[in-house]
Amino acid sequence: MTATADSHAGGEVGQARLRKEDARLIAGRTRWTDNMSLPGMMHMAILRSPLAHARINRIDTSEARSMSGVEAVVTGADVADDQGSLPCAWPITEDMKSPNAPSLAVDEVNFAGEAVAVVVARSAAEAHDALEAIEIDYEELPVVLDMSSAMTEGSDLVHPDLGTNASATWVFDSAEAGTGGSADEALAGAEVTVHRTFRQQRLIPAFMEPRSILVDPTGEQTTMWSATQVPHILRLMLAMTTGVDEHKIRVIAPDVGGGFGGKLQVTPEEVITFLVARKLGKPVKYTESRSESFTSAHHGRDQIQKLSLAANRDGTVTGLKVELLADMGAYLRLVTPGVPILGAFMFNAIYKIPAYHFSCTNVFTNKVPTDAYRGAGRPEATFAIERMMDELAAELGMDPLEVRERNWIKHDEFPYTTVSTLTYDSGNYEAATARARELFGYDALRAEQAERRRRGDTVQLGIGVSTFTEMCGLAPSRVLGALSYGAGGWEHGAVRMLPTGKVEVITGSSPHGQGHETAWSQIVADRLGVGFDDVEVLHGDTQSSHKGLDTYGSRSLTVGAMAVVQAADKVIAKARKIAAHMLECAEDDVEFSGGRFTVRGTDTSTSIQEIALAVFAAHDLPDGVEPSLDSEATFDPENFSFPHGTHLCATEVDTETGRVRLRSYVAVDDVGNVVNPMIVEGQVQGGLAQGIAQALFEEAVYDETGTLTSGTLADYLVPSAADLPSFTTDRTETPSTTNALGVKGVGEAGTIASTPAVVNSVVDAVRHMGVQDIEMPCTPMRVWRAIHGGAR
Amino acid sequence: MRITVTVDGTRYTDDVEPRMLLVQYLREQLGKVGTVVGCDTSNCGACTVHVDGHSVKSCSMLAVQADGSEVTTVEGLSRDGRMHPVQEAFHDNHALQCGFCTPGMIMQSMDLLAEDADPDEQTVREGLEGNLCRCTGYQNIVRAVQDAAHRMRPGAGPDAERVADETAMSEQTRAEVRQS
Repeated sequence: MTATADSHAGGEVGQARLRKEDARLIAGRTRWTDNMSLPGMMHMAILRSPLAHARINRIDTSEARSMSGVEAVVTGADVADDQGSLPCAWPITEDMKSPNAPSLAVDEVNFAGEAVAVVVARSAAEAHDALEAIEIDYEELPVVLDMSSAMTEGSDLVHPDLGTNASATWVFDSAEAGTGGSADEALAGAEVTVHRTFRQQRLIPAFMEPRSILVDPTGEQTTMWSATQVPHILRLMLAMTTGVDEHKIRVIAPDVGGGFGGKLQVTPEEVITFLVARKLGKPVKYTESRSESFTSAHHGRDQIQKLSLAANRDGTVTGLKVELLADMGAYLRLVTPGVPILGAFMFNAIYKIPAYHFSCTNVFTNKVPTDAYRGAGRPEATFAIERMMDELAAELGMDPLEVRERNWIKHDEFPYTTVSTLTYDSGNYEAATARARELFGYDALRAEQAERRRRGDTVQLGIGVSTFTEMCGLAPSRVLGALSYGAGGWEHGAVRMLPTGKVEVITGSSPHGQGHETAWSQIVADRLGVGFDDVEVLHGDTQSSHKGLDTYGSRSLTVGAMAVVQAADKVIAKARKIAAHMLECAEDDVEFSGGRFTVRGTDTSTSIQEIALAVFAAHDLPDGVEPSLDSEATFDPENFSFPHGTHLCATEVDTETGRVRLRSYVAVDDVGNVVNPMIVEGQVQGGLAQGIAQALFEEAVYDETGTLTSGTLADYLVPSAADLPSFTTDRTETPSTTNALGVKGVGEAGTIASTPAVVNSVVDAVRHMGVQDIEMPCTPMRVWRAIHGGAR
Repeated sequence: MRITVTVDGTRYTDDVEPRMLLVQYLREQLGKVGTVVGCDTSNCGACTVHVDGHSVKSCSMLAVQADGSEVTTVEGLSRDGRMHPVQEAFHDNHALQCGFCTPGMIMQSMDLLAEDADPDEQTVREGLEGNLCRCTGYQNIVRAVQDAAHRMRPGAGPDAERVADETAMSEQTRAEVRQS
């Protein structure tokens, strides 16, 4: 295998280095949690509620307990005193209502799929067999499924003890905040107004590796392996939830097969496995089936978005009002209530909007809890505003790109503080848009579209635009504090020089496909002047990586790698002192470059590897210098980073069948400086697929009883290779000024940008037939009905 | 029931429950954990292996049905540290991110290349329709498969036919494929 796809002058950073991670993964030499076995290990299976809302009158486990191989049957009553309430780290308002959230249901169930009892047995097969012998007497309760009707007077309640289905209402108003005018006044006095209501359908993250947990209670620490994005948060929350001392818990995220926010959670299954293994004193493993995953792991999106936009006839936006209902599902999980609030800062997007009002009411329903899914709040906001900009353009008979340019922040206006209080440090929307237009062949496609309309083709061409930005690099701790989030947004990193000159890098980020091992190696190799292959990146184990806030929110590079850079700089500073001593000169006379410390103006030098060995021996160190060439750092960003881009999508819509074909897709992203362009491109491509999937394919559907009817991969349409085209991707590079690497983050960009680009394109294709909106996913049936005047 | 199966060149005789799936047998009884389970409806293809030279979703076959067969998993493709051309192409084209779908993708790609030694993009996309990936958007997977086809062209190494027959053929043939 070759080491690199192309070369880049000046070092590792910027090179399309092939990934270190791959060799094991392509050979099947993997450490997925479910691959692991321990001596004496038992298997756990979970009995889940088939009902969306019911009281548990009685559970009879006697027959199950007597079955072959069954070690234990555990119900909620058995662990009621130990399990605590699953954590919600984001109380968005002081009066937020949050129900008790047991890991194992005790006396009632609130969604179909909620865990009710577990069997622990010698084999997984025996555990599953015994589940069928557990008898439960349920008393059905009224089911609440629709957010809007849940908010009406006299609605049945998900949690009667709370007295309402509303968890909290969060409001931002620019007039009150002093960042702008009144949106209501802008709308009242507007030359043009556009009103739309959009539905963000419920989605399932659908990471490929089902969740799996293995707990070993036989050591001094109880060790948990879990397919999680957040081993550090998980350890802390296990301690806080169960009362087991934090220092008695070790959490390991081994190979983790995707997450997309879906594994940013402290799950009932983790708490149950932890408690049961400790109770039995034996290792216990639980691995979910795909169907269990879909009916119990958190879902994403699910909002109703009501928007009103005020503008002048020349296309200048004068105000925006946003009213949301957000479906929490049955319980508030780790960051459930905060997801729509993250979106509050993104509705104004790249535009100079002088008046803005946002309100969001979080609503309980008898469905799987929602929480972070790739983009978390920002895709919803970006979708809505980008749809509105297209609707405004249509209303005014303007080109959608022209309307956007009239309103966006110009390159020479940065830094720019938005109406929702964020300060965008940098951006160049003109450059990204110009490049996208060129690659897309925008004018030629518009001409073809006009020609097809003129001819009355049965297949019409649509052109969709999305000029987006997002807030990445979660997050400045002070900002999170102001938003009532329960933790900070820093990240930890460490660099250890070993006696042989090799380097261990420890990162608090916890990758699950992103390629940290490769990218961090590139960064450290450049910083220390060592070889790419001489760097080993350690992560995902609270024993080796003792401190961290993990991976989500496009934060790993902007926050996590910055901590590693700062640790590396501390190592260099230490080494410089020792080098001066070894080279018998003043510290100020030592220059460091390419891994060598040189006495300025001479050819007398020593390498960082030689210093590492000298430090190990410690025979001749300067007075007061510790024999250590290790350092650690914790980086807390001053500001978010703001990747942006222009995405253009062409679709062909068959007006007789409603079928949508993606014809071409151009994505020009500006993610600042790039460490590894190959990895960046991969992130964009994968992100696009997920955003397109929301636009065209995916939806978690519940029937009127609260049963998830899209509960398997046969019913929930994760796109295959045959459903997607090849994408044209390119970049502009406007370095971020908020971190020393000049990076912005790329994990969520494709997903955030692509959904509105596709839907705008589909609507554009049939707008001349009287269509103003098509609800997602734009299935042939929905598109056909929109064209032919039926229900949306 | 007693079965005898050859997996990645090693012969095994075992007593298995009639209900045991081939993938469970591979993972739980033989420790062949390189092959993974991603769903319970045979949609994701993560568990794809070759049985007698053809790709099979090993969650859709009982272990007893594999009695007397030769099974190849992703773990049986490389030898002495040398990867199969399809594996190399996946690495060189960044065709994986988390890597969970990769074993199945590789096994299915080999089957597809045995059917069509020089597939166009659409043929690759349709040939991989039964294998889901959530990370990559498939673009680099498609590129990798086409790249692998070029690497396996006559003159550039063993032809794709050999890949197709690797499990059905003799140990010698299998060794040739591995060393390609």
